Amino acid sequence: MTTDWALRVSSLGKIHGSADLRALEDTGPDIGTAKSAITGSIVAAWDVGFEVSPGEALGVIGESGSGKSTVMRCIAGDQPSTSGEVHLRTVDDGRTNVLELDPSARRRLRISDLAVVYQDPAEGLRLNVTAGGNIAEALTAAGWRHFGRIRDRAAELLERTEVPHSRMDDLVGTFSGGMRQRVQLAKALANEPPVLLLDEPTTGLDASVAAGVLDLIRNLLEETGVAAVVVSHDFAVIEMLTTRCVVMNHGRIVEAGLTDRLLEDPHHPYSQRLVGAARA
Amino acid sequence: MNTPLLQQVLDRTTPVDDSPASHLEVNFGLLDEYSKREIRRAILTAVAVPGYQVPFGSREMPVARGWGSGGLQISLAIVGPYDVVKVIDQGDDEGVNAVNLRRLIVSSTGIPESTTPEDSTLIQTRHRIPEDPLDERHTLVLQVPVPEPLRGVERDMRELARMHAEADYARMWVSLYEDKVRNGVITRTTGYPCLVNGRYVIATTPIPRWDVPRLHRSRFLALFGAGREKRIYAVPPHTDVEPLTFEDVPFEVEVTPGASCRTCSSTESFLVEIPGATAGDGGHWVCSDSDWCRRNRERLQHPSRGDRS
Ligand SMILES: Nc1ncnc2c1ncn2[C@@H]1O[C@H](COP(=O)(O)OP(=O)(O)OP(=O)(O)O)[C@@H](O)[C@H]1O
Ligand SMILES: [Mg+2]
Repeated sequence: MTTDWALRVSSLGKIHGSADLRALEDTGPDIGTAKSAITGSIVAAWDVGFEVSPGEALGVIGESGSGKSTVMRCIAGDQPSTSGEVHLRTVDDGRTNVLELDPSARRRLRISDLAVVYQDPAEGLRLNVTAGGNIAEALTAAGWRHFGRIRDRAAELLERTEVPHSRMDDLVGTFSGGMRQRVQLAKALANEPPVLLLDEPTTGLDASVAAGVLDLIRNLLEETGVAAVVVSHDFAVIEMLTTRCVVMNHGRIVEAGLTDRLLEDPHHPYSQRLVGAARA
Repeated sequence: MNTPLLQQVLDRTTPVDDSPASHLEVNFGLLDEYSKREIRRAILTAVAVPGYQVPFGSREMPVARGWGSGGLQISLAIVGPYDVVKVIDQGDDEGVNAVNLRRLIVSSTGIPESTTPEDSTLIQTRHRIPEDPLDERHTLVLQVPVPEPLRGVERDMRELARMHAEADYARMWVSLYEDKVRNGVITRTTGYPCLVNGRYVIATTPIPRWDVPRLHRSRFLALFGAGREKRIYAVPPHTDVEPLTFEDVPFEVEVTPGASCRTCSSTESFLVEIPGATAGDGGHWVCSDSDWCRRNRERLQHPSRGDRS
């Protein structure tokens, strides 16, 4: 692949419990567990790698507990990783492994280099603050100090994510789940981050609401040209939003490829089982 | 740090044999020397890192915590035999609390007291900065009930420490944004958050907005003491103190159009409203700084005398 990636992840690993690497010997897809009998620790993710280009969306799919959120949280800095490298094109032109930055520098990346949309809107939003105020937090963190311009920008973002203008000054805690997710998207996009991570963005929403939010996400990904990582256990979501994807099982990537190809012709038995279940 | 400032804190605290202190039955300034040294150390740190809240081992004082014990400890730790003390509460030298604190300082040091800033060197205050211009002779000691400016947006101590350490004040801005959205104006009055020396946000509690501009590049040293919360912070002379304000929403001090002091007719001082005694009486305004008001009145009555400013 050429070097036009916006996000590059390599050899990313996360072990809960003892860092004893013998845990790698009796965990993973072939063994059928993420929990090591030798060390007692859990290998939530190991040797995970991929690149994402601007305008591209990469899917991460797998069953519950396969390590999808772990990968996302390690990239985002919500969780320390055990090993690996994460590079962002906007940080030192991709030369710095951001996992090695100090916590404060790491947190600053979340202002405008990297944004996250969580399954639970309460993780990405303050429910006791208005929709506009939540966006103002992202903007003021990036140095915005003009009240009128903050208002205008918040209104523009909420319009793009289809939140009625009349709700802009209401507390997010009074919003429905689907509406909260739209506000979370608006906040995540506030400073036009080049990289966007979405962890099960529509899980937990009613089917009809989820469809609307998915539609919105697809449009936003197209319009913004952001490099996105979409984590989901649902092939319908991955199929709709991504062109390439990786399949995770017990903390490891078992297959990677074009999403269409993978859905039509899965190679790994685990992928075959996942696709089979989705098609049933 | 420049030497005069250090001396302001240190030199004045050396009692000499012919000082009034040699006749006292208690230790000069009530506190034992070890306590004074510890508090002074905290003060020096606070001066060296303007706006940073320095923890200190707050003592039990003969006043209830929350009644000026933080300010009192600072005053007693830095007071020297050549100081003249002024204490105000709500701008008034004669308030019960002000009188008690002043008595305590005077009786434990033997130093003179005054109500006039011109004659004072150590001014302990709750709620106000005197109207008179202060200069390098003055040290202003403010009694602070709530030192943490971010208290309204975050309660977790570790998160608060992180926010200050990283100068992450976005949520403070959000609270100002929400105030303006909800009320059309920024309603926050006392304790207005200010950025000190371009680095730390402080609560200018308990002074009104009226007094905030007078902390900016002031000629005097301002020390803030919170006894209950065990914190000391400082605004050294000539330090930037900028109220957090949006570029398009100017910072405004409290002004009531048309109001003037009933006693001295002033329209140029910070006025407080005295409610009417009866339903028909609409109430009236008076200067909050009662000593300034008295001198202003005298000046108007006898233009030739007593005008020292
Ligand atoms: N703090 C922790 N301590 C120990 N094990 C953990 C911890 N957090 C996660 N795990 C384990 O790590 C593994 C991966 O979890 P992760 O949340 O990444 O899965 P996931 O693929 O996102 O699942 P889901 O679809 O349910 O969200 C799981 O076995 C989980 O139990
Ligand atoms: Mg998950």
